[in-house]
Amino acid sequence: MESSRSRSWLFGIIGWLVAIVLFFPIFWVAITAFKTEQAAYSPSLIFSPTLESFHEVFARSNYVGFALNSIYIALGSTLLCFIIAIPAAYRMAFFPSAKTQSTLLWMLSTKMMPAVGVLLPIYLLFKSAGLLDSVWGLIGIYTLINLPIAIWMSYTYFREVPSAILEAARVDGAGIMSQIWHVLTPMALPGISSTALLLIILSWNEAFWSINLTSSHAAPLTVFIASYSSPEGLFWAKLSAASLLAVAPIMVMGWLTQKQLVSGLTFGAVK
Amino acid sequence: MSDGSVKIKNLVKTYANEHGHPAFTAVKGIDLEIKDGEFMVLVGPSGCGKTTTLRMIAGLESITSGTIEIGGKVVNDVEPKDRGIAMVFQNYALYPHMTVFENMAFGLKLAKKSKDDIRDAVTRAAKALDLDQLLHRKPQTLSGGQRQRVALGRAIVRNPKVFLFDEPLSNLDAKMRVQMRTEISRLHAVLRTTMIYVTHDQVEAMTMGDRICVMRAGVIMQVADPLTLYRQPQNVFVAGFIGSPPMNLLNGVVKRSGCGLEFVDETGAFIVPLPSRLEKFAEPFVGRKIIFGARPEHLSPTPTSDVGTQKPLTMTIELAEPLGSETILYLKSGARQIVARHIGEQHCQPGQTVALHLNMEKVHLFDAETGNVINA
Repeated sequence: MESSRSRSWLFGIIGWLVAIVLFFPIFWVAITAFKTEQAAYSPSLIFSPTLESFHEVFARSNYVGFALNSIYIALGSTLLCFIIAIPAAYRMAFFPSAKTQSTLLWMLSTKMMPAVGVLLPIYLLFKSAGLLDSVWGLIGIYTLINLPIAIWMSYTYFREVPSAILEAARVDGAGIMSQIWHVLTPMALPGISSTALLLIILSWNEAFWSINLTSSHAAPLTVFIASYSSPEGLFWAKLSAASLLAVAPIMVMGWLTQKQLVSGLTFGAVK
Repeated sequence: MSDGSVKIKNLVKTYANEHGHPAFTAVKGIDLEIKDGEFMVLVGPSGCGKTTTLRMIAGLESITSGTIEIGGKVVNDVEPKDRGIAMVFQNYALYPHMTVFENMAFGLKLAKKSKDDIRDAVTRAAKALDLDQLLHRKPQTLSGGQRQRVALGRAIVRNPKVFLFDEPLSNLDAKMRVQMRTEISRLHAVLRTTMIYVTHDQVEAMTMGDRICVMRAGVIMQVADPLTLYRQPQNVFVAGFIGSPPMNLLNGVVKRSGCGLEFVDETGAFIVPLPSRLEKFAEPFVGRKIIFGARPEHLSPTPTSDVGTQKPLTMTIELAEPLGSETILYLKSGARQIVARHIGEQHCQPGQTVALHLNMEKVHLFDAETGNVINA
């Protein structure tokens, strides 16, 4: 009894330490954003907060434009992902073939490939297709990047739906689309929404492809941040202000939906 | 009224392994005719192919070979929804995110029926099944019996030519099972629609079916009405499967004794002279192995008539199960175990010796090699 209590104390302390270490960079970015450029170089926690950097960031770049691009790309690619992933996962979950498991593993294995390995062919493809610096181009590439995760997660949730319910729907006269739309999706809604949240976060935070494939017109917030670490040197306060502006929307969304996210991500693992 | 007859010809279902090669044959070329309005029960132990057969009739399982006709039309390649069937599943298979009303209305909605028609059909079915107070509830708030009634209602509103039931009562408790059993039987009496009912429970089969199809390992063992099945089993499998407690089946041989024949079981402890009725059937089996079958109720402490065994069998009671209206006795004679059923209350003690008369008029003889009945 005594040892188990001290053990839980120990785990509590370790948990807090890990949380603090993980949260510290965000905290540091947040306070640096409210410092002047001179004060940004001192690690002091005592300073007079100012919105100077934010004013400069807003004056220098079109934040709203970048943010809108981020929203379009994150929502667009998530939607497109589901349009492909749900029918694919339906087939895999309810009519698996001998190759289904290996297909799933193969799809996941593509995530292990370093993105830079295919940068050149993708860049050339985008160039000849006229997709460079276009929102549609990024939606396409993010869809492809996130598709394995979308299919995997949807597959896991669909597997929890008893196949007899879909058979009942078939007898009731539901075709594939009706089964998916009226029966499967509503039943797997908690899982699908947490998958959607994850896909939105992943698309929002993706930097490699957005920086390499866009410049101004279709650039999302990741490009906006990157533009503050450029030739003239590093301006910590402005960079921090830009970073904070870029991550704030997704952090707020993550915070509001964290219960959904956690239950979605641990689904199957604990059941 | 549309024709709800079902004709199954040489139906085969083979499952392939992961390389696409045929691996397991679940249904091995069965033939079965179900008349319009008939209540047919498919019964058998698990893995006998009864559910696979039902699912092929429903169109949920592809057919390897053979044909299925519903209402005179071959439906092998017809979608489930176009076969004029409705199915009730073992685990209810209700749509959990829909209310009872929506569950029952779903099929009609997909069939693009008008709102008024849908409301009428659902309300009528709900009233008949005592569900009218529950229409706005979600399935998870209902009891097992209520859920199964919703599943039944969902089937009824489709107004099918054939109802298919896949072990619909096996998830219910004993009391609810009996209640739903009568409810389904009553429904059949009212609707007079063809019903095909799969179960592994022979009591359900006996009480509900107009006819029963006993299956084993993908093959039909016998199709008959319940009493024929009970009185004249065609083979040793049906004899052992139908009836509870099951028929006593004793392995042994036919031997000559004096001017007649007698059955001697393999332990040698159980010897019965065969009456003249059975002698002509047993004659070709002299010296060969047969199986002797006697139902528990055909063993009684008092000779029922002059057709009883000349000499009562003396056995020791191992266990007595008083059930009120009857007593089941588990008896032993040498190494041989026998079950007897006595009508009425009996005061039997384990260890007590009883003399039993066997009603030879009712015994069955089976060929031990083929399992087929001899005395028919």
